Amino acid sequence: MNTKKAKNIDLKQYGMFLALIAIFILFFILSKGANATPVNINNLVMQNGYVVILATGMLLCVLTGNVDLGVGSVVALCGASAAILVVDFGAPVWVAFIVALLIGAVSGVFAGFFIAYLGIPPFVVTLATMLMGRGLTYTILKAQTKGPLPDNYVKVGAGFLPTMKVPFGAGTLDLVAVIIAIVATVLLILSEMKDVKTKKKYGFHTSPLWQLILKNAIILFIVWFFFLKLAQYNGIPVVLVIMFVLVAIYHFITSKTVAGRQVYALGGNAKAARLSGINTKKVFFWVYANMGILAAIAGIVLSARNASATPKAGDGFELDAIGSCYIGGAAAAGGVGTIVGAVVGAFIMGILNNGMSLIGWTTDVQKVVKGIVLLGAVTFDLLSKRKKN
Amino acid sequence: MSDIILEMNHITKEFSGVKALDDVTFKVKRGEIHALCGENGAGKSTLMNVLSGVYPYGEYSGDIVYNGEISKFHKIKDSEEKGIVIIHQELALSPFLSIAENVFIGNEQTQMKGVINWTETRSKAKEVLARVGLENEDINAPINSLGVGKQQLIEIAKAMAKKVELLILDEPTAALNDEESKKLLDIMLDLKKHGITCIIISHKLNELSYVSDAITVIRDGKTIETLVKGVDDFSEDRIIKGMVGRELTNRYPDRKREDCPIGDVIMEVNHWNVFHPDDAERQMLKDISINVRAGEVVGLAGLMGAGRTELAMSIFGREYGQKISGEIKMHGEPIHIKNVKDAIDHKISYTSEDRKTYGLVLIDDIKHNMTMAALRSYFSKNGVVNSNEEIVKSEEYKKRINVKATSINQTVGSLSGGNQQKVVLAKWMLTQPDVLILDEPTRGIDVGAKYEIYCAINELAKSGKAVIVISSEMPELIGICDRIYVINEGEIAGELSKEEVSQEKIMSCIMAHNRK
Repeated sequence: MNTKKAKNIDLKQYGMFLALIAIFILFFILSKGANATPVNINNLVMQNGYVVILATGMLLCVLTGNVDLGVGSVVALCGASAAILVVDFGAPVWVAFIVALLIGAVSGVFAGFFIAYLGIPPFVVTLATMLMGRGLTYTILKAQTKGPLPDNYVKVGAGFLPTMKVPFGAGTLDLVAVIIAIVATVLLILSEMKDVKTKKKYGFHTSPLWQLILKNAIILFIVWFFFLKLAQYNGIPVVLVIMFVLVAIYHFITSKTVAGRQVYALGGNAKAARLSGINTKKVFFWVYANMGILAAIAGIVLSARNASATPKAGDGFELDAIGSCYIGGAAAAGGVGTIVGAVVGAFIMGILNNGMSLIGWTTDVQKVVKGIVLLGAVTFDLLSKRKKN
Repeated sequence: MSDIILEMNHITKEFSGVKALDDVTFKVKRGEIHALCGENGAGKSTLMNVLSGVYPYGEYSGDIVYNGEISKFHKIKDSEEKGIVIIHQELALSPFLSIAENVFIGNEQTQMKGVINWTETRSKAKEVLARVGLENEDINAPINSLGVGKQQLIEIAKAMAKKVELLILDEPTAALNDEESKKLLDIMLDLKKHGITCIIISHKLNELSYVSDAITVIRDGKTIETLVKGVDDFSEDRIIKGMVGRELTNRYPDRKREDCPIGDVIMEVNHWNVFHPDDAERQMLKDISINVRAGEVVGLAGLMGAGRTELAMSIFGREYGQKISGEIKMHGEPIHIKNVKDAIDHKISYTSEDRKTYGLVLIDDIKHNMTMAALRSYFSKNGVVNSNEEIVKSEEYKKRINVKATSINQTVGSLSGGNQQKVVLAKWMLTQPDVLILDEPTRGIDVGAKYEIYCAINELAKSGKAVIVISSEMPELIGICDRIYVINEGEIAGELSKEEVSQEKIMSCIMAHNRK
């Protein structure tokens, strides 16, 4: 019974990755290989960077059983503020970024205060910040696009790490990307070995060897496929680094820290959490404050990639971020979900968007398909859980 | 009187290969009150769900013969049409709707199609309310203005409104105090006079022997025996023997004084005053002083609403009330507790009377629930969780207090009440407290699990902890406590030692205090 259950959990984790790969292969066939070109893989990263960043923060909100509807507007407001500072006031880029992060933090703290300490429902508070943020953005931009932004600003969203290109086939290969892939491989194998060792030390159940090998083989395949494609294009995008660092931090927080566990406990049963000595108000406050800061980072990345700030920027991003969490297995009622799930969810949405664009479907049709996928994924998830019970 | 209203023959019901009911046969005579008892998980509720059509015909094998004909219920409405109504343990009332509206929920009095006839609704509501002794209630008042006891009666009125012939009550008195329970049971006896047949599921054996004409005992999905009033021995010990399959010679395990010496005072509460959280004028606790020593089990006795839970919650991090005054001393030193975290840090713990709402995260697993309160202090370093240590400790406690589960990764929501209670107990034992306040630690759990909880309490006392137990079951307090404080209307009405305590003494303390 014990081993059977452990196996099921493992398989479920593969399931999300397999769905991701399956969708990728589907569009690989439909687009006749166009979605696997180095330039398109690079585009996938750059186009989805901000959704991934938002999804990591949104997952914490979803874990508490709520959502933050205001993130799209905060993205726009922070991007617009930074752009105005740089373009109109000639401020150094780093100053603009810090101001943008502060604005994000203030908007998060604002929402967090109403939600945590005044007990106003998050849906209402963030609906308000959504309207206020969008309105402020239009006001400070005077409904105009602000640009162009200088190169050292744009680099954050559209730049690359330094490269070491060597000739490779018809093009070139960036050795930096290859080295990172090698380092990642070594780290993965080492951490897996350490994990098995500690599990043995404590006398816990370990998965059978073939499962471990299969799991790591799939992950390594994805890693190498991905990095080789990037190496063939222009190396490692800066966005990827930002994304990776944030995902790593939030994965660690949610799975390994007391603070993370408190968010899960709050989402699972707020009253029980409170009577277990968890300061539920504080947890709520930080979850929303944090979301504001992540929205600011996404705002900077987005404006950098577009080399300008527009009043409509980030429109509907909140829904993409929320959708990513749900597709990634988070429960709407709270208490269930993982960062890795949310990231995979964001990439599933991204690959869908990208693939449909490549085969020439309009954004109107894309929305319909995305809606169907969201509904389908959550329905499948819930029905399979219900069946297991 | 001897004709049979219901016969369930050879009922077998499986859940993914596990037999929840195994060839159960159950007969009920017309006009009797028939009790169904057994430990949690024995199959009582499953049997009633089969009967009422929650599990449709075809999902079980065997026959239901009702009023002489074989019945095939596909849904609850089918059985209701035949006059079988089930009242579940959890109240099915909508808190903000009026009493009259609640009485006719799902059974609205209509004229034409779908338009509610309010005159009819109100007059009929008055009629059925009179039958359950609630004729004086305002039928337009919202249901949440009534206490739990009266709400339970509204549930019965709801069933009355459906032309009920066979009424099934699942743990109707679980949340009621003695007085309210008595009232409900008397109403059952009155219904019996009017020819309504009742099936009652309850853990309160004294109530069953008071109200029922026959008792059928179920154990491990099988019917063990049916005892008939006036023919068989109807004593509690006899029923327990049938339920657990052996004589439970002592319902309360012994705690030998030489193993468990009573030491110094660990916690002292002096001149404790608390006001109602919503009403600063209303004093809920008046000048209460209590203490508890190492190795001692102290009981708090009193009627429902006496202020016992309020006392515990106000001590435990000021989770109840306002304008709290008084002092708490731990090991002789006065301490200041502002919130739950402070209470835990001062080695005080409290397990709530409502484990599902206040004790557990039902969707999470045993491991995470057990370490929830101790995570910060004992399972983490610099805010990072040591998950290996977590697994080791939860395995240890699972064994130590005998939590029956496939593994520590099983979700708590899928455990039986007794095992959930053990998880709550483990959760607080892991915070390494000096004082444990256990609020109704055995509410709604079966005899076997109760015994195990008592054993765990003894172990805690032996290891030098101070334990405070709040319970509405007086025999339980008398059985396990070294000393009992009687609380009445927010004041200490008396203090009784193990040697002098009896149910009569406790009641006379309350009566004497009421007269003052």
